[in-house]
Amino acid sequence: MDTILIGDVCLPANRRAWWRSGVLVAAFGFGVLPAAAWSAPPNSGVPAPQIAFIDEQIEAVWNDTGLTPAAAATDGEWCRRVYLDLIGRIPTLSELRNYLKTRDRNRAARLVDRLLGDDYAAEYARHWANVWTTILIGRDTNNRLVDRNGMRRYLRDSFAANIPYDRFVEELLTATGDNADRDGVEQFNGATNFLSGKLADGALQATAKTAQIFLGLQVQCTQCHNHPFNSGVKQNQFWELNAFFRQTRGLRRFGGGRRVAWVELVDEDFAGQGGNPDEAEIYYELRNGLVKVAYPVFIDGTEISRSGLLPGQLPDGGSYGVNRRRELARLVVGSPLLPKAIVNRLWAHFFGYGFTKPIDDFGDHNRPTHPVLLEGLAERLQQYSYDLKSLMRWIVLSKPYSLSSRIEPGNEPDAPQLGEPPRFARFYPRQMQAEQLYESLLTATQADRGDEAEAARQRDRWLSQFVIAFGTDEGDDATTFNGSIPQVLMLFNGDLIKTATRLDRGGFLDKVANGPLRNREKINALYLTALARQPTARELREANQLLLARKGEAAEALQDVWWALLNSNEFILNH
Amino acid sequence: MFAHPTAQLPAAGRQRRHFLSHLAGMAALAGPAGCFTRSLLANAADLKKRHKSAILLWMGGGPSTMDIWDLKPGQATGGPFKQISTSADGIAISEHLPLTARQMHHLAIVRSMSTREADHQRGRYYMHTGFVPNPNVEHPSYGSVIAHELADAIETLEIPPFVSVGGGSVGSGFLGTAWDPFVVNADGRVRNLDMGIEPQRLAERLRMLAAVEDRFIGESRGALPGDHRKVVEKTVRLMTSSQLEAFKVAQEPAEVRERFGENNFGRGCLMARRLVEVGVPFVEVNLGGWDNHSDIFATLADRKLPELDQAMSALVADLADRGLLDDTAIIWMGEFGRTPTINGNGGRDHWARSWSVVVGGAGFKRGVVVGETSADGREVISEPYSSQDLMASVLKALGIPLETTYRAKNGRPMKIANGGRVIAELFA
Repeated sequence: MDTILIGDVCLPANRRAWWRSGVLVAAFGFGVLPAAAWSAPPNSGVPAPQIAFIDEQIEAVWNDTGLTPAAAATDGEWCRRVYLDLIGRIPTLSELRNYLKTRDRNRAARLVDRLLGDDYAAEYARHWANVWTTILIGRDTNNRLVDRNGMRRYLRDSFAANIPYDRFVEELLTATGDNADRDGVEQFNGATNFLSGKLADGALQATAKTAQIFLGLQVQCTQCHNHPFNSGVKQNQFWELNAFFRQTRGLRRFGGGRRVAWVELVDEDFAGQGGNPDEAEIYYELRNGLVKVAYPVFIDGTEISRSGLLPGQLPDGGSYGVNRRRELARLVVGSPLLPKAIVNRLWAHFFGYGFTKPIDDFGDHNRPTHPVLLEGLAERLQQYSYDLKSLMRWIVLSKPYSLSSRIEPGNEPDAPQLGEPPRFARFYPRQMQAEQLYESLLTATQADRGDEAEAARQRDRWLSQFVIAFGTDEGDDATTFNGSIPQVLMLFNGDLIKTATRLDRGGFLDKVANGPLRNREKINALYLTALARQPTARELREANQLLLARKGEAAEALQDVWWALLNSNEFILNH
Repeated sequence: MFAHPTAQLPAAGRQRRHFLSHLAGMAALAGPAGCFTRSLLANAADLKKRHKSAILLWMGGGPSTMDIWDLKPGQATGGPFKQISTSADGIAISEHLPLTARQMHHLAIVRSMSTREADHQRGRYYMHTGFVPNPNVEHPSYGSVIAHELADAIETLEIPPFVSVGGGSVGSGFLGTAWDPFVVNADGRVRNLDMGIEPQRLAERLRMLAAVEDRFIGESRGALPGDHRKVVEKTVRLMTSSQLEAFKVAQEPAEVRERFGENNFGRGCLMARRLVEVGVPFVEVNLGGWDNHSDIFATLADRKLPELDQAMSALVADLADRGLLDDTAIIWMGEFGRTPTINGNGGRDHWARSWSVVVGGAGFKRGVVVGETSADGREVISEPYSSQDLMASVLKALGIPLETTYRAKNGRPMKIANGGRVIAELFA
């Protein structure tokens, strides 16, 4: 199929082919988009029905709750926002200027399509690889059974190829092979890193994280007892889900050294804790000390074969056995919770709040704020064959995403930070993630990234200063990149900021300082780059004070202004 | 520096901040700014007479308190450890805490903790805040509450009032980022302290920064922009303070460092003492590694308990020797205890129903045991106590009024320590 006709009623049968085909025709009078430029929808600029659906649903709640949405964000604010959320960094000066000077009523959609398209494929993949690395393996860099670079490489490739989300989940759940690309490794498969570090203690972490990340179910506390609030999750379900991971082994490979060099993830026959591989059961203990048995049963009650043997052929031609992880992947991918969980996760990525809080805890105890919208987007995502870029496009081109973050009388009651359900009647400001800040500083200073793998290692080293691992069987961690003093100290004085404010020849600051512009225009350039706006009169006066203080050394005064801008609340907040 | 940063502060705080804003803004920065604060270090004991502090020894992972403070020798659940007598009459603890046993007359054991949160995140939150996790409100932890209540009384404090050594703590919740823990490693190295420019120029940069931040705060975008400015102010105060010396445990004599133990927990406890001496109202020291689902007895006997014993005993003894103990509360706890049943891997699993904590110093009665568990350790057979009861007791020991009520961000009144009952037996 070379072309697909798209309209409100005619959905492509297979959007996977569509993302890859690279050739599309628009049905809305814009003419034919050039094939090479394209991997985004043809209805660029026209409100897709899915976007209209979001707006309707969100507006209905505004009407019900008597809220007036905030005014639209400025063009600069919106542009900065969409760069940060889609590709993980602020726009460069020229990117921002290009957007601001474009006179085209469809420019917002065109920008989004470019950011999701070929021009930014590498940056898009890097950003989402970062986001998903944290989701899948946390921030702790000290787990020797996990190879962060391997994980990231898999994720980068997956997001670069825009593989459908259901296949992505299937690959993560069924991955076998070596988790790191080292000398001596035969079958590198970075996807194995999702599970390679979660198999200890009978794969407790694998069970809990699979349910939490892909299905939005918090089952970790049902390991020991029924869920205290969510009547939908019982203790037996934890262990029945856990039973799916019992054929999985992470074999430690030493590669000739004394420390674990990599982990090979394999499936092996599981004899069961009772010793009968045809009925390969596991045991767990109730709170009262009674011991119960569990076989693999999915959370919706679907049972699979109890055999612990991997699939094989009998001499008479019959077959036996089952690959439990493959069955699990099939059930997860078929679950109605899968699209809801990813919609909720992505919505929260773009708005700071999901439809539930926390985003990965569905159940009767935690009703979504916009149930119809959540269900509706989940359905539409499935219709689009789990194409995440389509979902992102709908979200960022929706009305709520375009609103200002300013609190006005009409939207003041919309206060999720006070525990109210979010109504999305304004954009909720939030701090950049550490990765976004890092990439934004490199962008703002036009620093040379060099080799991608080395750049990633450098960023990891930088990030590791903020990571605190708790070292428990939940494998959880925290970050001090949370607005507190260590973060401010880093932005005040850290190497990254020292580099950014240096006047090295050929660097960004040097180019601005020694360029042909007048001082005022130089200040403007710094403001646009850091904050996507012009300075106010008071700010110009302060800048002039600095110029006086530096005895007319404009370059040094610009250095001071630049330092102040990069340290400001306005810079660090995605607003 | 910033416009009116002091407007809403009580008098004592205002004076301090007034001084500091000069310090940060003016050429006073140029000198080592040390004479003033150095005398503070010298007069640590004097200072302590005027304010209280607390040190939380946080045992991340959930320690098996029935192998440490409440032994059940001879029981099927009891494990192999023996009891030893201590400096407190009638109190016996694990044989693997011989040094701490000599300090028990300064401490009190509560053997009747009974809680319901047995996973790490929930337990950590609950024990740190007195509240079970709630998706709509974030509650402040011990350190944030105590720092909030005590910091303004300490006019001379220039470093953050809530220091967490080694992380593992819980944050400030609705009290705001300004009361978040300042997390440092046990080596006491604070990163990124030096800007490498003249103080005068730093002050000018801060003026420019204030102009940008003020404008954004004025645009009414919620609390985050203003919170950022508060943290910036605290950061400036920290950068320009000679109290930073308190973090440098390496300055202690070798003999002292050895007594506390040349490991992260030992250094952390030593740092806690130094921080309390300069007036920090709350220090939390993290010792992880208690999540012993397998091979628990060897792990405890060979590694965890010796490490704990050395540092904890040295800390208590040092505070007592320096006359600091009467004004410094000590709290030893983790997120929960561990199962009386020993599992198939020779470990113990998560157990919240019956377990122990230890407190001491400040206004606490010392050398006593509160509460009792059944012979096999599975039940509390005296009055059970909760996280909020413990927290209320710690606050009382520090002289913080339990009538204090906060208003959470949603306007809901929130009683300090979640309205917990004071554990009467801990007070004379």
